[in-house]
Amino acid sequence: MTEIGLGHYLTLGAVIFSIGIIGIFLNRKNIIVILMSIELILLAVNINLVAFSIYLGDLAGQVFTLFILTVAAAEAAIGLAIIVVYFRNSGTIRVEEIDKLKG
Amino acid sequence: MATDGRMFWRLILKLTISIDKMIAHAIFFYTFSIIAVVSAIMVTASKNTVHSVFFLILDFISISCLFIMIGAEFLGMIMLIVYVGAVAVLFLFVVMMLNVAQQKNQWFAGQATSKHIPVGLIISTLIFFEIIIVIGGWKYKPEIFDINNSLASTSVSNTHSLGQVLYTDYIHVFQISGMILLVAMIGAIVLTFRQRSGVKKQSYIKQISRERAEGVEVLEVQSNKGVKIDD
Repeated sequence: MTEIGLGHYLTLGAVIFSIGIIGIFLNRKNIIVILMSIELILLAVNINLVAFSIYLGDLAGQVFTLFILTVAAAEAAIGLAIIVVYFRNSGTIRVEEIDKLKG
Repeated sequence: MATDGRMFWRLILKLTISIDKMIAHAIFFYTFSIIAVVSAIMVTASKNTVHSVFFLILDFISISCLFIMIGAEFLGMIMLIVYVGAVAVLFLFVVMMLNVAQQKNQWFAGQATSKHIPVGLIISTLIFFEIIIVIGGWKYKPEIFDINNSLASTSVSNTHSLGQVLYTDYIHVFQISGMILLVAMIGAIVLTFRQRSGVKKQSYIKQISRERAEGVEVLEVQSNKGVKIDD
């Protein structure tokens, strides 16, 4: 219990990952919350990579975390730009009202 | 009141000195991870999108405190800069710009009683104490934080070793990530670029292709007569 090991960090990553997945599926408000859930998922992946990197003594995990960070920033920028354009065109970003593709 | 505060801090100091390293690590881990998990739940569960962004910031800061604690200082600081400083603020900008927070009043329009202030205050106080705990502990009792790994035992710091690997073995991946950022920047600009009609603009081709012969005419001006310009 008091000995914090690799398993604790992996559990934390798994919990945050699951919360992100739940947030994607249960969300009924707007797309921005979905994007934030994706950020949470990437954060959980980062936790896993850093924990493995520290406990196994390999720096590659931290390097890949850095690249995941880059991709997450790019994804957030593009996603938010798409949301802004969609809001400008259709006037709403509520999840239920986005049904142009009839999916 | 002041003596109470001093006694409280002395108690905290005594506690941190008396408990041993493993338990301190456990306490820090559980504190930050519980805050992280609860704020992750609040990101998805809170009714207000602005509150979601606040809790996202709290989550990022907790996780970066965990990173600093576990020995990955560089990534913790980069998380603070990139996620909190750029991504979360970008989210906040978009939420406020689109006005999708579904409030009754626009809270940024100078309302006297804003509902966001208590939540923001609570979250910022939490963040403040987290950073105080991590930085203070890291500075004054560094033996709490380093765990037995082979990376920390070397003499170079985390940032130094990461830089040594990043610019040699991973240089191509590094440059590709730079290209990704460039593409993202151009994509965001192109997506949100809007050409309005009815805006007066310079036409560069027309300006450049103007010749002297059609632009300037030299006239002989006679005295007391003036010049008649036909336009």
